[in-house]
Amino acid sequence: MAAALVISALGLLGLVAFITALVAGGLAALAAVGGLLAMFVFLAAVVLSLVWLERKYLGRLQMRMGPMRVGPFGLLQPVADAAKLVLKEDVTPAWVDRWLFWTAPLLLFLPSYLLWVAVPFGPGLVLRDLDLGLLYIVALSVVGIVGILMAGWGSANKYGMLGSLRSAAQLVSYEVPVIIVALTVAMMAGSLNLSQIVEAQRPVPYAVVQPLALFLFLLAGLAEVGRTPFDIYHAESEVMGGPYVEYSGAHWAVFYLAEYVNTFLVAVMVTLLFLGGWKGPGLPPVLWFLLKAYLVVGFIFWFRGTFPRLRIDQLMALGWKALVPLSFVNLVLTSIYLFYGWPWWGMSLISLAILAALGYGIHRQAAARKPAITLVPAVEVRSAR
Amino acid sequence: MEDYLRQYGLLFLFTGVAIGIPASMLLVSRMAQLARMRPHKPSPVKAQLYECGMETIGGRWNQFNIRYYFYALLFLVFDVEAVFLYPWAVHFKKLGLFALVEMFVFLAILVIGFVYAWRKRALEWR
Repeated sequence: MAAALVISALGLLGLVAFITALVAGGLAALAAVGGLLAMFVFLAAVVLSLVWLERKYLGRLQMRMGPMRVGPFGLLQPVADAAKLVLKEDVTPAWVDRWLFWTAPLLLFLPSYLLWVAVPFGPGLVLRDLDLGLLYIVALSVVGIVGILMAGWGSANKYGMLGSLRSAAQLVSYEVPVIIVALTVAMMAGSLNLSQIVEAQRPVPYAVVQPLALFLFLLAGLAEVGRTPFDIYHAESEVMGGPYVEYSGAHWAVFYLAEYVNTFLVAVMVTLLFLGGWKGPGLPPVLWFLLKAYLVVGFIFWFRGTFPRLRIDQLMALGWKALVPLSFVNLVLTSIYLFYGWPWWGMSLISLAILAALGYGIHRQAAARKPAITLVPAVEVRSAR
Repeated sequence: MEDYLRQYGLLFLFTGVAIGIPASMLLVSRMAQLARMRPHKPSPVKAQLYECGMETIGGRWNQFNIRYYFYALLFLVFDVEAVFLYPWAVHFKKLGLFALVEMFVFLAILVIGFVYAWRKRALEWR
């Protein structure tokens, strides 16, 4: 009798403990999901600000005013754009593969949003402080290619097809330097945890130690998100928007949301890996973080206003013949530098020297460039036939 | 191990949220259509595929060049190699000179393959 009582009491206790654990776990999960939703609100605000900033900045670069009408300084223009896109007709062409066509925007958005789980905005200000945070971000950022490929293939359009294939080729090509340069940073910090990488940049940020790595990472990152000058796969004048050619209304909006979130991610990754994250005097850490990230975003928009688009063959040549070998050279140099414990300015000087040599080489080549295709006069073509 | 699971377990939940948010955006647009705030007037002409100012010619999908396959193959090589590099990169200071030289040998083999691909003009966009 007593034994049965004890056992049932223990069982009851166990049940209570189980339910408590379940509720606590559920609460923790709820809190985490709440954090994720808060992250979405933050990202939406960032995207709206980026759209405004890009249009205004680009307008100024082209001697225009940019958006002026909606709100003070056109500040509400992105909101109006978003409302317009949601209220536009969503046209589905008759020939599309509906299943792929409808799910592609979701699949592009999924990784671009899930990445932010591991991004720290300040000391301890992160949804999940993953030990393999850098690997997680590098690995997940490639998943978006599947969404773009599905969009291009699913819309059954020649331009969509061409654009999505180009995007796949471009994105996997530039993924290699991104991976290798991220690896270099991980070697310097001795960790893949992003908070620890930021903490490791206490005396000097890696932008000073590794200017070459910063250059490679920024270029490859721009190519990863298809920003000018690497936007040939969704260029309007070449492939009619590439994979997005058949999309309209809300679906198109989801694509562009993902694009801008990705652009901001590149800026944030440059900030975390090279600019010392939230480190800075005076201001609160989060403010420093956002300041640096927006500075990088400003550079990205500046590139857009300044550089012409690369042709697809030039793009692939730059990726495979310049960025990939250089990222490996940088990896080897960094491992030697770390292994023998050189002073950081030694690495910095070597890095700068390589960067200068690269710039000179590109300049020489561009100055001596002969046209790749010799134009044949029409008369000769006719007589040759 | 438990800590590891706790770090990554919630990611599945997050995946659901990450699909739900854009899906709800599309749903809002759909609701707007049902509430007649959004136009919905399909027509055969509107449902045609975009072509450069012509009726669509040929089938739905066109053939594409084999060169994309080269790039995929090259990427695979480098990606698998990166998987091996990551654990080494975090710990290489503790692993000593042997691991460093070993990794250089590994990289050298990769470089031979890369140079071969370059010489065979696999990197050219033809």
